[in-house]
Amino acid sequence: MVTTVTSLGRSGLSDWLIQRVSAVVMTAYLIFIVGYLIATPDLTYTQWAALNSTLPMRMFSLLTILSIAAHAWIGMWCVLTDYITVRLIGPKATILRIIFQLGMMAVTLLYVVWAIDILWGI
Amino acid sequence: MLNVSIYRYNPEVDQEPYMQDFQIDTQGKDIMVLDVLEKLKVEDPTLVFRRSCREGVCGSDGMNISGKNGLACVTPLSEAVKKNKLVIRPLPGLPVIRDLVIDMSQFYAQYEKIQPYMINNTPAPAIERLQSPEERAKLDGLYECILCACCSTACPSFWWNPDKFIGPSGLLQAYRFLADSRDTATEERLANLDDPFSVFRCHGIMNCVQVCPKGLNPTKAIGHIRNMLVRSAT
Repeated sequence: MVTTVTSLGRSGLSDWLIQRVSAVVMTAYLIFIVGYLIATPDLTYTQWAALNSTLPMRMFSLLTILSIAAHAWIGMWCVLTDYITVRLIGPKATILRIIFQLGMMAVTLLYVVWAIDILWGI
Repeated sequence: MLNVSIYRYNPEVDQEPYMQDFQIDTQGKDIMVLDVLEKLKVEDPTLVFRRSCREGVCGSDGMNISGKNGLACVTPLSEAVKKNKLVIRPLPGLPVIRDLVIDMSQFYAQYEKIQPYMINNTPAPAIERLQSPEERAKLDGLYECILCACCSTACPSFWWNPDKFIGPSGLLQAYRFLADSRDTATEERLANLDDPFSVFRCHGIMNCVQVCPKGLNPTKAIGHIRNMLVRSAT
């Protein structure tokens, strides 16, 4: 058992499940948006704004944004713990990795807040 | 004449590793890579490699043969030679002791972690613990592993985190005991694996399946472990 404190769910299984479920949500959103754009060739700003100001659409977008955030957190955490390690780049790796991890978390959370602001500001 | 290029490194003499070129007359025969190494060792007795059974049972002569991990004793030249050249390097990812001999401590440490032995504290029956043919069949494709390390040293996740990720070989063995009807430590075994590294560093790229000289499928075993974890933890 390897202890981790900066991974999203602390458990491997939880991270794995979140990554799979979030991938499904993102795919569903992508299919919906692409389908909508194909089905509405003469899309106007009014139509687009009307679609995005309905509560179900806001919920769907928010769910997708949370999925992207979780997916990115898990993925980036994996990349950082693969390559920024003492084994690969020496003793300074630990502090460097923590800085990158905290930066990644901050950016992810800020994007989520910003996205909520945009979604409910339409 | 076959051109052979071999990784050489003797830490007592060499500043750094280098590739040494040899030429060898195989008389057009499709001999095994190990035969080539044995012939070269007659020419140059300083060449060092591990070998024992020379028939794919002991797992000693795992090495990187023309870019693919395998056992030298069961890899014929017809599979390994490209453009009349044979390139032999040690298994990647683990420290080199000398020439083609690697330090496998990290690999064995991971094997030890999964407790590769039967755990059953119930009173032993008079003769033996019985298994039905169906229960026994679940161990096929698992018990045959010879711990040659070809799979784990072909796995990037193991290269980057050999101290944290169990690796395909260890996980195949972990599932061998999880799947055994006579073992009673399933819950403890699963609890020891549920962290982001031990099992879940496997991203399913299947290098292990591609190189396994025994034709085993560690990725499938890892999938079974994941399913067991999902069943017990959700």
